[in-house]
Amino acid sequence: MTVTTMEGALPARPSPWASRISVAAVYLFVVVLFLQIVRDDTLAAILGLLLIHGYSVIVLLYWRNLERSAAGDKAIVTLTLVYMLLAVLFWDRFSALPWSTFFGLFVVQAVALLAVRFWKNLRKAPPTAWFGMVVVLFYVMIAATAPIVAPFTETEIVGAEYEPWGGQFLLGTDNLGRDWLTRLIYGARNTIGIAFVTTCLAFLIGGLGGFLSAALGGWVDQILGRAVDVLMAIPSLIFALLLLSIFTNYSVFGLKIHPMVLLVVIIAVLDSTRVFRLARAVGMNIVVMDYVEVARLRGEGLWWVITREVMPNAMPPLVAEFGLRFCFVFLFLSALSFLGLGIQPPTADWGSMVRDNATLITFGDITPLLPAGAIALLTVGVNFVVDWFLHQTSGLRDDH
Amino acid sequence: MTTETGRGAKGDILLTMRGLKIEGQADDQWHVIVHDIDLDLRRGEVLGLIGESGAGKSTIGIAAMGFARPGCRITGGSIVFDGIDLRAASEEEKRKLRGARIAYVAQSAAASFNPAHKLIDQYTEMPVQHGVMRKAEAEAEAKVLYRRLQLPEPETIGFRYPHQVSGGQLQRAMTAMAMSCRPDLIVFDEPTTALDVTTQIEVLAAIKDVVREFNTAAIYITHDLAVVAQMADRIMVLQYGHLVEEGIAREMIAAPKEDYTRRLLAVRSFRKQGQAEIDRDKPLLRVENLSASYGGTVMVLKNVSMEIHKARTVAVVGESGSGKSTLARAITGLLPPLEGRVFYGGEEMPPALKQRTPEQLRRMQMIYQMPDTALNPRQRVRDIIGRPLEFYLGMRGLDREERVRELLTMIELEPDEFIHRLPGELSGGQMQRVCIARALAAEPELIICDEVTSALDQLVAEEILKLLQRLQDELQVSYMFITHDLATVRAISDEIVVMLQGEIVEQGTKDEVLSPPHHEYTELLLSSVPEMDPDWLDNLLAKRAAAS
Repeated sequence: MTVTTMEGALPARPSPWASRISVAAVYLFVVVLFLQIVRDDTLAAILGLLLIHGYSVIVLLYWRNLERSAAGDKAIVTLTLVYMLLAVLFWDRFSALPWSTFFGLFVVQAVALLAVRFWKNLRKAPPTAWFGMVVVLFYVMIAATAPIVAPFTETEIVGAEYEPWGGQFLLGTDNLGRDWLTRLIYGARNTIGIAFVTTCLAFLIGGLGGFLSAALGGWVDQILGRAVDVLMAIPSLIFALLLLSIFTNYSVFGLKIHPMVLLVVIIAVLDSTRVFRLARAVGMNIVVMDYVEVARLRGEGLWWVITREVMPNAMPPLVAEFGLRFCFVFLFLSALSFLGLGIQPPTADWGSMVRDNATLITFGDITPLLPAGAIALLTVGVNFVVDWFLHQTSGLRDDH
Repeated sequence: MTTETGRGAKGDILLTMRGLKIEGQADDQWHVIVHDIDLDLRRGEVLGLIGESGAGKSTIGIAAMGFARPGCRITGGSIVFDGIDLRAASEEEKRKLRGARIAYVAQSAAASFNPAHKLIDQYTEMPVQHGVMRKAEAEAEAKVLYRRLQLPEPETIGFRYPHQVSGGQLQRAMTAMAMSCRPDLIVFDEPTTALDVTTQIEVLAAIKDVVREFNTAAIYITHDLAVVAQMADRIMVLQYGHLVEEGIAREMIAAPKEDYTRRLLAVRSFRKQGQAEIDRDKPLLRVENLSASYGGTVMVLKNVSMEIHKARTVAVVGESGSGKSTLARAITGLLPPLEGRVFYGGEEMPPALKQRTPEQLRRMQMIYQMPDTALNPRQRVRDIIGRPLEFYLGMRGLDREERVRELLTMIELEPDEFIHRLPGELSGGQMQRVCIARALAAEPELIICDEVTSALDQLVAEEILKLLQRLQDELQVSYMFITHDLATVRAISDEIVVMLQGEIVEQGTKDEVLSPPHHEYTELLLSSVPEMDPDWLDNLLAKRAAAS
């Protein structure tokens, strides 16, 4: 019998003064940054301050309900302070791009909160999982603070075409004379961002559909299931190319669909079929449990059954699938960009960067392989994390 | 340490354990789960290991083969089998012993057979593998053993697949398989726990017969003292991995020395005191000519009629497949009946769950057999019990919190300690209590209890029965108590309904049903419940043989 004693007594906080001072410091930092953004616009200033406070309340509420320790508190405070210190040291860059600075702060805090929340599990993570997490975190941080980290701006032509490595341009320039390193960093932001949004959408569609199918059964299940079968019957890359070319010049209520939105929606719909299958299979195993029957016997509606009884128990396999799916979407997106139908220029994107500069390979220059390597590294990292997560939740042990 | 043996004094010492210590891993730490156990077993002797779950009885049984389950390790003591030190022996030596000289019969035969192979092929595998017999010989031998174990059609039954024979037959086929190399020792790990009482008798008789016939030593593991009394020459009572008491079966049953043994012996003595007056004309629940089936042509319920009165307990008894759980599903509307009507408090209930109003649903609650699947593992006790309060009674915030605490106190769980726990942090008995509290939260008049005690240890089960009884006295709820365990029926019921193949074969008050004359089937059920008397099985078999 395992009885957790976590909730019994919360361990003592670090000294109240230390935390008060750090909270005040963070607050000051945020407000100063914020004033950088709004400058003279009073209305925006009021709205923005309200927004900041709303966000703080949410974070604090989560923070209070968190099972945490003094060490965890310290870790969060320290990480935040380190980020702020960096910001103060390089104040010129950071203050010039306050939005990115905000976003970076948000990511740092979110990561710190998550790390503290799952510290019990993290401590036992194998080296491969740590490697994966470090890689993923590195990418996320780069993506979040891309404008600050990158030496130039995304589309700026700064030199001659195909300049070599070194000097002003660390990794040389591309076919139009744009800085490679800058493009690579912005590529992380664009590719990862779009892949993330797409995966989220795919899970929203597929997950909801799958759970509906499992909970309702009968003809709903049949219709959704057959529709998914039809979608899955067509090879996805060809299907995506087809749909992209059909809908590119399509308009809704006289408005042309933004190509990025179109891309995200099409990939999300195609990928949601796999999520649907998984969610349905996992959901099927859960809806036959007695506790779901209890809920039905009580007269609970469909929404309650799906969100309260089925979903929490289906989370572990779905979260793992999210990691894997993210990789596939990411690769798919790069493949589409490589074919010229994905993210459109001049937006930096790893897939199209490989294609645009492919000629260099024939001259023995490996620069075009860097984005490919970046894709590969992230995929490997995410897979390591997912493997570890699956191992954890499936209750497998390391005997023999 | 007793060296005296009962009727098993047929030879030398076969198995000796000294100071056996086994550790198990939980939460990344090693805990001692078997403390310094000494054990002697002579040839031809049957030793009963008894205790509740977690007592370490299966772990000791498996250790007799020199093996520890994954997540367990043997850390101390010696295990000597017929002169061979199993702790020092190599894997290869132990592999030769297992199957050939030591065999194991698991609790769930259905899970232990490979569903892809025929019974006889699985039988012959072991003797052929160990080079004891050739395949043809082994097959002939198998048929002899099948006959000996009173399996129907012994010549051909071996050519069936595991799913084509019944649970009791499968358990006997498993025993035959264990006997195939004529081992010196067989470890029986709860071989009848998953079976109905009437089937249990057949398996017990068969095991007892072959063990005696071949003079095999056996370790018989069970949590049921009455069963072990029939089988064992000597009994060891275990609790939390410690030896509580050891002695010759007859002596121990007649005069237990330790308090724990006495409690185990007394476990079936709980009886309901007094009963509520009933108003014959106004039953709480009236079921009229109910028939139901699971979508097919086979009727699982045939024309069932019964009544339940206020503050009374009606026990519905029958073997698995008798339709007793289906009856509950038909009454609650989970399985809309094909024919018949259900009246509740004088009002006719719509047949399907979806057509019933929340108020109608509130008045009839259900408790399940497996508390661990009946509680959502991701919800805390507060929300599990609080939800019906919110849903039916509209309680929120502090009102709700207070009521949840009241209910927890009512089911004898300390609110401060348990209110924020997850089901995974509760024991089986505590989980079942939470299920009871959840049912009570709706303030129902009738609670349907579907085998609520069969997944629990006997002492825990008794506590639950007492709790249910106390709640009935205090709150005047009625129970429909579905069970296959007649001891439970004796303990808690006012009225009894006996079911067989979807039909009611007998119903009436407890005294009417339990005292003769009985219906033929009731008689069979009643006589099959093991009694503490060590001669009970032999006498019963003799009586049945004489009758037929």
